[in-house]
Amino acid sequence: MQGNIAVGEAAIISGARFFAGYPITPSSEIAEHASLNLPIAGGTFIQMEDEIGSLAAVIGASMAGVKAYTATSGPGLSLMNENIGLACMVEAPCVIVSVQRAGPSTGLATKPAQGDFYQFRYGTHGDHMIIALSPASVQECFDLTIKAFNFSERFRCPVFLALDAIIAKMYETVDIPGSDEIEILNRKIASTSDKDYLPYKPDENGVPLFVPFGSSLITRANSSGHGIDGYPCADDKNHDRLVRRLIDKIDRYKEEIALFKEFNISDVEILIISYGCSTRPALAAMKKARKKGIKAGVLQLQTLWPFPEAIVKSAVSQAKLILVPELSLGQLKSEITKYCPKKTVIGINKLGGTTIQPDDILAFLSKEIEL
Amino acid sequence: MKYSGKKYVKEELLPFFWCSGCGNGIIFAALIRAMEENNLEKKDIVAVTGIGCWGKADDYLKTHAFHGTHGRAIAVATGIKLANPLLHIFALVGDGDGATIGGNHLIHAARRNIDIITIMSNNLNYGMTGGQYSGTTPFDSITSTSRRGHAEDAFDISNLVKSAGAGYVARCTIDNPRMIQRFISKAIKKERGFRFIEVINICPTYFGRYNKFNNAVEMIKDIKERTVNIKDIEREGQEDLDGKIVVGEYIDKKVEGFLERYWGKIRNNA
Repeated sequence: MQGNIAVGEAAIISGARFFAGYPITPSSEIAEHASLNLPIAGGTFIQMEDEIGSLAAVIGASMAGVKAYTATSGPGLSLMNENIGLACMVEAPCVIVSVQRAGPSTGLATKPAQGDFYQFRYGTHGDHMIIALSPASVQECFDLTIKAFNFSERFRCPVFLALDAIIAKMYETVDIPGSDEIEILNRKIASTSDKDYLPYKPDENGVPLFVPFGSSLITRANSSGHGIDGYPCADDKNHDRLVRRLIDKIDRYKEEIALFKEFNISDVEILIISYGCSTRPALAAMKKARKKGIKAGVLQLQTLWPFPEAIVKSAVSQAKLILVPELSLGQLKSEITKYCPKKTVIGINKLGGTTIQPDDILAFLSKEIEL
Repeated sequence: MKYSGKKYVKEELLPFFWCSGCGNGIIFAALIRAMEENNLEKKDIVAVTGIGCWGKADDYLKTHAFHGTHGRAIAVATGIKLANPLLHIFALVGDGDGATIGGNHLIHAARRNIDIITIMSNNLNYGMTGGQYSGTTPFDSITSTSRRGHAEDAFDISNLVKSAGAGYVARCTIDNPRMIQRFISKAIKKERGFRFIEVINICPTYFGRYNKFNNAVEMIKDIKERTVNIKDIEREGQEDLDGKIVVGEYIDKKVEGFLERYWGKIRNNA
């Protein structure tokens, strides 16, 4: 099946029953799939008037207790940024699929890119934290969508599925495990007998217990600075505590959130770090290099944010050279450089909506080896 | 009927933070009486607000509440209602929130007949940010951002929502609290479709001062003088309505509403 469809299938298996979105290439199949399949599952699909309203509706549905998702691409994600902050602030679990295409602005609507790496993390204003996962195959589209819903439910935060037009539009065979083999997490709900319930009182993991609208326990969602009772609070210490908690509830589990795959890392001298569509050419280049006796390896990041710094630091420790192929001018490279300032990190960057070829990487690799 | 409002109002947060002379308290009280009149349970109510003076209304409620981003209350309310159709959703928006930044959500919710009630407090300017002009500020008015007069015409927001397809649209004014309550109560009883109540409010602090009204009383007198009931127009024929505030029910038609269509037809077809 197609990458986008694998996302849609996994969303419904995850228990998602609400989709609101706005059509945009190259993500529209996810909306189409939802419109076809959610009614059968007893869910609701709505095509909103824009991406701002789409994410607003998703957040509303989530706070009413229904797992909800949307799908878009860079231009739509730009509009969603307003309510990404809202989802962080009211702590609404939701999954935002964004299929990267060549920007800026309308750019090349049908062509792939990886230029939204930082938009996922820093698109909305104010200090905050999100989770972003990025699949490199159709199977991973399925698997990471399940993970994305689970993380969003566990941490009550928006989770991005950071796709790109290559992986989203690609057709591959997918193994869908039996329902008993898939771990599905649901947000922790407060007991209705909890007379002292407060909507934003964190539990021991920093995440408040959830109460859906309609419960006999009354709850409030508040985009303004709020106290643990959900009513507005402009106190400086309270705001400091609130924003730090919103970040810390995710940050303190970043090692568990850090998903990755490594290939030939044990003796690696030349390390290629990839995510999404740069992974396949990286693996092909590695294989060719190995045949020539070059000790090449690949670290594929499945979690982009919170940035898996411990994984990166450990993988680069013995590498002499780090190559970062990207369909952007070096966003991932810039983040990697932060955590290994003494290493030589070379970006292999392409724009134009084209693909990275194994030979693009090999060319750099051979050049560096000769030196 | 005697009303106490105790079930719904968070009394410890009173008095309202709104300026003296503002009509938001009148709209709030009418809303509470309409809830009480219809015996709504607070667990079945979600007040959805955006940003603005009227967007603070949820602070005084003991019901479920969602205080969201500027202009997005109706979109958030759409998601809540579709996720839990049993809830009574009140989107409380101002003219900035609902008719200007969120205008697109408003007309599309009306077109779809999303089954929620929207109550717009229309005070003809942005109060919270200091009296700038909105989509309902009348031509030639002075506001903080039209200091030399306003070049634009205002939306006739009730007619706009009516033409967009809403099943119920009514306009009233803050000098007639009983009418506000009656329209909200009727909207609750209708249950289905998009129900829109526009309340013409005053902003003595900004719009009033900029436009040579000495106090709230003068503004209310002005509203009273300019108010015409839609029934009188229907009975006595069209008069010159320039500058008039036409109150009454603009439309009250039977609609299926989005949910009945979606659950009844789309899901059954699936």
